[in-house]
Amino acid sequence: MSRLNPGNVELARTIISRYPRPRSALIPLLHVAQEQEGWVSPEAMAHIAELVDLAPAEVLGTASFYGMFKREPVGRYVVSVCTNISCLLLGGEELLEHCERTLGIKPGATTSDGMFTLEDVECIAACTDAPCLQVNYRYFLRISHDEVDALVDDLRAGRRTDEVPPHGTLTRVRQDIRPERWVGRGAEGLPPEIR
Amino acid sequence: MAVSDRSPIVTTRFERGDAHTLEGYLATGGYAGLRKALAMTPDEVIEQVKAANLQGRGGAGFPAGAKWSFLPKDVFPRYFVVNGDESEPGTCKDRPLMERDPHQLIEGLLISCYAVRASQAFIYVRGEMALAQERLAIALNGAYAAGYIGKDILGSGWSLDVILHWGAGAYIVGEETALIESLEGQRGMPRLKPPYFPAAKGLYMQPTVVNNVETLSYIPWVMQHGGEAYAAIGTEKATGLRLFALSGHVRRPGVYEVEMGTTTFRDLVEAPVYGGGMRHGNKLKAFVPGGASAPWFYPEQLDLPLDSSVVGPAGSMLGSGAVVIMDETTCAVRAAWRLVRFFAHESCGKCTPCREGASWIEKILRRIEKGNGREEDLDLLLDVGDNISPGPFPRPAVDGEEAVPFPYKQTTICPLGPSTVSPVHSSILRFRDEYRIHIKEGGCPYG
Ligand SMILES: Cc1cc2nc3c(=O)[nH]c(=O)nc-3n(C[C@H](O)[C@H](O)[C@H](O)COP(=O)(O)O)c2cc1C
Ligand code: SF4
Ligand code: FES
Repeated sequence: MSRLNPGNVELARTIISRYPRPRSALIPLLHVAQEQEGWVSPEAMAHIAELVDLAPAEVLGTASFYGMFKREPVGRYVVSVCTNISCLLLGGEELLEHCERTLGIKPGATTSDGMFTLEDVECIAACTDAPCLQVNYRYFLRISHDEVDALVDDLRAGRRTDEVPPHGTLTRVRQDIRPERWVGRGAEGLPPEIR
Repeated sequence: MAVSDRSPIVTTRFERGDAHTLEGYLATGGYAGLRKALAMTPDEVIEQVKAANLQGRGGAGFPAGAKWSFLPKDVFPRYFVVNGDESEPGTCKDRPLMERDPHQLIEGLLISCYAVRASQAFIYVRGEMALAQERLAIALNGAYAAGYIGKDILGSGWSLDVILHWGAGAYIVGEETALIESLEGQRGMPRLKPPYFPAAKGLYMQPTVVNNVETLSYIPWVMQHGGEAYAAIGTEKATGLRLFALSGHVRRPGVYEVEMGTTTFRDLVEAPVYGGGMRHGNKLKAFVPGGASAPWFYPEQLDLPLDSSVVGPAGSMLGSGAVVIMDETTCAVRAAWRLVRFFAHESCGKCTPCREGASWIEKILRRIEKGNGREEDLDLLLDVGDNISPGPFPRPAVDGEEAVPFPYKQTTICPLGPSTVSPVHSSILRFRDEYRIHIKEGGCPYG
C-alpha cells in the first residue's frame, strides 16, 4: 500500500495536462495506480485526490463505480469468463465451471497462492468467438477446457508472461506526444484556425 | 438470395497485420481522405457526409451529417468524442476496427473534427480492451510524429489534439451522456435529455459530438469516393455497408461486412459466406436482431431486410448490429434470465423503476428457472416491466397479432431500463408454455 512512485507522479502530471480539466484524468490515474500495485489502495486514492485537487471521497466515489478497479488485492492473474448470451449458447457456463474446478475456487475468490482470481463476467465483446475468457484483459478465444488447463499451468510456471503481463498492466505502449507537436488549445473559446 | 458482391470498405486491412503502423496504413491508401478533406471547406465536408446518408452505428442509427449540423454556430470550445465503449451483449465489431485498423478510425475522426471545427478530440475505449488501447496508442504516436495530428496538420494551418482515453468497466458508460460524465471523471450516469443533448450541453457543458467507432471508420472512404457513391450502395433508405456480429448457433459465427437493405436476416444466417446455416442443421427458435436490448424476432421474421425503416415498424431494431441466433435446444427462460441479469447488474441506479425493477425481474426469472416459480409470476413479470416501459411493448407480428413498432416508451432517464423488459416480454410472448413447464414441473426441461 503506497502512494504513486516518482515516475508515476510525473506520468500523472503529463496525463492531467492533456485534459481541459484535471478531473477528467481521474480514471486514467486510477489505472496508473492499479498498474503500480495490482489494485487501488486508499493511500493511492488519497494521493490522486491531491494531484487533481479533489477530496479523497470524490475519488473513491468515482473509483467504486467501475468494475475494473479492485479495492482489495487480487491475484496476479484475473481470469474473466464470459457467461453472457452468445457465450451461454456455446458453453460459457461450462467453461466457467471448468475454471472453478481447475482453480479450485468460486467466482469472486482468489487462489491461496495469490496467483489467480476468478470472475464470472458480462459480455467482453468477443461474442463471435465464444466461448471466451480474458486473463488480465488479454483475450483467449474459442478456448477449450484443455487449453484452459494448459494456460493455467503455463502462467503458474511463469511462462507466457509476454502475452499476459501482471494484473493492472494496461497498454505497454502509452500515448506519447512530443511538446513540439502538442497544440494545447482544447479549452480555448475561439474556433480553431482554418485556412 | 442476395449476397452482395460489393467490395468491403472498412474491413479491407483486417488480414494485413500491420495496419496499425503508419507505414502499413499509408501503403494501402491511408490518409488520402484527410488530404482531400483539407482541400475543402468544413461545410463542404459536412455536405458529403450528409449526401452519404451515413447512419450511426452505435445503436440509435441517427445520420452523422445531420447530427453534426445540430451544433450551435460559433460556440467554442466544442468537443468530439469517439464512443469505443462497445459492451452491448452480442456486439463485437468496434473492437476489431480499433485493433486491426486504428488509423482508419483516426483518419475518420480527423476529417470529422475538421468538418465540425472541434477544439479537441477524445477516443474513449472500453477499459477491458487492452489490445485496442495499445494499437490505438501506436497509431496515434505514429500519426502525431508524422504530422497527421497536432500542430499545423499536413501544413494546412489547422491544428488538433487527439487524446486516447479509456474506461474501467461499466456498460452504461456506452450511453453518450454517461460517456461524457465518465470523461469528466464522474460516475458514468446518464443525463436527462432534454436539456443535456450533447450537441448543446455536452462535455464540460460545451457543444459535443459523440460518434461510434464504426460510423467514423466509414468516413475516409466517403471522403475519397464522395457521399453519393456511398449512398448508391444498398437501398434508398438503408444505405451503404455495415458490420454485423453474427453469433450463437450458426455454423460460422463471425463479423461480416454486409450490404444494407438488399441483404436479409435469412441471408446472414444461411449464406455460405456468412453464417453458413444453422449449427448441426437444427431448427431456429428465435433471434436477437440488434443487440441484447432489442426485442426478439422469430423464424417468421427471417426474410426481413437489414433496414431500420423496415425492422423498426416490424417491432424491433438493428441497434448495435449484433444478431444472436438461438436454436431449438435453447431454453428461452434461461436466455431471458441471463440477459436480464446483465441489465440488473449494469443499471446505474439513477432512476427507481430501472434500479428496483431490473433486480426484481432478475430475481423472479431466476426462481422460475431454478424451479421455484409460481403461477402468478408471469403476470408479475409483465407488471414490473410495465412500470419501466408502459403500454404495449414493441413486438413483431406473430400468431395472428399485429406488430407493435419500435421504440419502446420509458419512465426512466435512459433506454437501459426498457431494455431489461425486451427479453422478458419477447420470451413470454412466444414461449409462455416453456415458462408454465418450468413452474409446473419445478425445473428446467432443458436440464
Ligand atoms: C445503455 C446504452 C448503451 C450504449 N452503448 C453504446 C456503446 O457501447 N457504443 C456506442 O457507440 N454507442 C452506444 N450507445 C449509443 C450512444 O448513446 C450513442 O447513440 C452513439 O454513441 C452515437 O454514435 P453514432 O451516432 O455514431 O451511432 C448506447 C446507448 C445506450 C442507451
Ligand atoms: S434507466 Fe437505468 S441505467 Fe438508465 S439512467 Fe435510469 S437507472 Fe441508470
Ligand atoms: S456474450 Fe460472451 S463475449 Fe459477448
